[in-house]
Amino acid sequence: MADSGATAVLNGGPQIHENSTALLLRGVRKSFADVVAVDHLDLEVARAECFGLLGPNGAGKTTTIEICEGLTAPDEGRVELLGLSWRSGAGELRQRIGVQLQETQFPEKLTVEEVLRLFRSFFRRGITVEESIQSAQLEEKRGARVGTLSGGQKQRLAMACALVGDPELLFLDEPTTGLDPQARRHLWDLVDRLKQAGRTIILTTHYMEEAERLCDRVAIMDHGRVLALGTPQQLIASVGGEHIVEFAITGHESSDGAADAALLSAIPGVHSHRSDAGLHQLSVRELHIAVPRIFAELTRQGLHLSEFRTHSATLEDVFMRLPGRTLRDE
Amino acid sequence: MNNLQRSSLYQLSIMRFRLTLREPEAIFWVFIFPILLAVGLGIAFRNRPADVLQVAATTSQLTRAMATDKGLTATTMDEPTGSRALASGSILLLAIQQPDGVAYKYDDSNPDARTARLLADRAIQSAAGRRDAISSVNRQIHEPGARYIDFVVPGLLGMNLMGSAIWGMGFSIVEARQKKLLKRLVASPMRRWQYLLSYLLSRLALLVLEVVAFLGFARLIFAVPFRGSLWQLALLCVLASLSFSALGLLVSSRARTMEAASGLMNLVMLPMWILSGVFFSASRFPAVIQPVVRALPLTAAIDALRGNMLQGMNMGQLIAPIAILLAWVAVPFAVSLRIFRWR
Repeated sequence: MADSGATAVLNGGPQIHENSTALLLRGVRKSFADVVAVDHLDLEVARAECFGLLGPNGAGKTTTIEICEGLTAPDEGRVELLGLSWRSGAGELRQRIGVQLQETQFPEKLTVEEVLRLFRSFFRRGITVEESIQSAQLEEKRGARVGTLSGGQKQRLAMACALVGDPELLFLDEPTTGLDPQARRHLWDLVDRLKQAGRTIILTTHYMEEAERLCDRVAIMDHGRVLALGTPQQLIASVGGEHIVEFAITGHESSDGAADAALLSAIPGVHSHRSDAGLHQLSVRELHIAVPRIFAELTRQGLHLSEFRTHSATLEDVFMRLPGRTLRDE
Repeated sequence: MNNLQRSSLYQLSIMRFRLTLREPEAIFWVFIFPILLAVGLGIAFRNRPADVLQVAATTSQLTRAMATDKGLTATTMDEPTGSRALASGSILLLAIQQPDGVAYKYDDSNPDARTARLLADRAIQSAAGRRDAISSVNRQIHEPGARYIDFVVPGLLGMNLMGSAIWGMGFSIVEARQKKLLKRLVASPMRRWQYLLSYLLSRLALLVLEVVAFLGFARLIFAVPFRGSLWQLALLCVLASLSFSALGLLVSSRARTMEAASGLMNLVMLPMWILSGVFFSASRFPAVIQPVVRALPLTAAIDALRGNMLQGMNMGQLIAPIAILLAWVAVPFAVSLRIFRWR
C-alpha cells in the first residue's frame, strides 16, 4: 500500500480536454548558420497520446522538441500547444507543460528534496514535493545530494522536476540516453504509468526499441524531415513482412559469397532484400513457408550458409529500409 | 509548507545561500583569507622603534660624532671600502673628511639615506659646537586610529566585498549556464528577474556574516576604531556589495565557459586592486589618472569606509563616493538584464 500515494498522483492527471489536439506544428523551419535543422515540419499529437520522435543523432529531434518547448524560436511556421501559442500564451503554457532536457545538471550540493522544493515553487498548482518523490521512486534518496546519485536516479530526478507542476503535456528529450539497461527499464516503467494516467507525452529517442516499447505513434526523422509516421505496428508492416531472415554465406564458385539479389527477392513470400556487411536480410510474412524455399534456392545456387537466424521485424528494420536516411558516424 | 517556503524568490535565494555555505573553498576565501591577510599585515607593520640607520666615516672623530645620535650606528672605514659598502647597500651614507670640512656621499633618491644625511650632519655640527636656535621637544603618537593597520582594514574590507561579490556571482552563474541549469530554469515558469534578484539577496545574507567576522576580528585583535555610526557603516557595506554584485552580474552575463569568465573577472578586478588604494592612499597616483581612479567602485567604497571608520564622517559628508557606488549598481544591473544569456 506504500504505492497508493504515487498511484493517486499518476491517476490524478488532468482530465479536462477542451479540444483533442495537444500539439500542432505546421511548416516549421529552423536553420543554424548554413545547417537546416528542421525542414518544413508538420506534426499533430492528440491528447493522452505518447508520441515518439525517432532518429539518429543530428536528425533534428532536439531542435524540434525545443521549438515545441518554447526554448528555440522557429524561423517560420506555426506552433500551438494546448490551443495556445508561445507568442501570446507563454506564461500560461510554462505553467501547463513539463520539460525534461537532454543534459541538465542540477547543482551537485543540493539534495533531491531541495531541488524539487525549488521547482515546485515556480508552479501555481501541482502535486506536492512528497508526491513527486514517490512518483519518481526516489524515497530513499530524498536527503541525498544530487552529486551522489547514479545516472538513472539523476534522470528520475529530472523527471520528477518535470512532473511537479502536474503538467498536461510532458516533453522528454532522450530520457534514457547513457543509462544502463536496468535503469532504462526502470524509467520505461515510470513512463508507462504516466501514459496509463492519460498524460500526453512527447519524447525523443534514438533507440528504436524504446520508441517501440513506449510510443503510441512514432515519427522517424532524419535531416530535419519526417521520413515515416505511424504506429510502430503500421511502420513495421510497411517493411512488408513481420519477420526478418538474416544469413551470411560462403560460396565455392561465386567469388566472395555474393548471392544474386534478384534471385533472392524473387523467392515467393520474400518481400524485400538488402545486404549489409556481407549479411543478407530478407523480410518475410510467413516464416514456415519462406524458410524452406530460401534454403532450396541457396542450395540451387551452390552456396553454403555460415550464419542463419530470424527475428521479428522492429523499427530498426524499418529505419534501415527507409529512403532518404543516410548513415553517419555516431 | 508555509507561504514563505512556497515563494519562489525565497526558494531561489535559500538555494544560493545553501550552495555557497556547502562550498568549502568559498568559506575559506570569504571568511578566513581576509583575516589571515589582516594578521599578516598587522605583524609586518606592527609599531616598533624607528630603524637604526647604518652609516660610516673615514675618520674615527667623525664616527664618534655620528654615534652620539641614537638613530645611527657608525663605523670607520677608508674611502674605497666605504664606496663599496655604499654600493652594496650595507651602509646608507659615508662621511668623508675633507681639508675644509665634511663631504657626505649618499643616494638622495632613497628616503632612508636622506634621513641619515640629516641625522649625521646634525650630530657632526653639534659635536663641532653648533647650538639650537630654539629649544624643541618631541611628542610621539602610537595610538589606535593613526596606525597602518587602521588604514588597511577598511581597504581590505572593500577588497573582500569586491572579491566575494564578483567571484560569487560570476562562477555560479557561468556554472549554471554551462551545466544547462539556466536553460532548464527558463523552461519552467520561473520569473527571470527573481533568479537574478536571488543572487543579490543571498549575497546580502552572506555579507552580514562576512563583515561581522572580519570587523569583529579587527576590533578584538587590533583595536581598530569605529568612529562613525555603525548602522551607516552597515549601509555602506550593503551599497558597496550591491555595486560589486551588479558588476559581477555584468561580467558573467555572456560568458559560456569558466575560463572566459575568470579572465573577464581578473580584467575587471586587477586595475582596482592596484589603483583603488587598498594598501596605500590612491591619491599617490598622478593627477592625470585621478578622475579614472576616483570613478572606480572600489576607490569609492574604500573612501567611504575609511571616511566612516577613521574620520567618523556621516553619509552626508560621503555623498560623492555614495553617488559613484549608486551609479555602479544601476548601470551594470540594467545592462546585464538586457544582455544576459539564458542558455
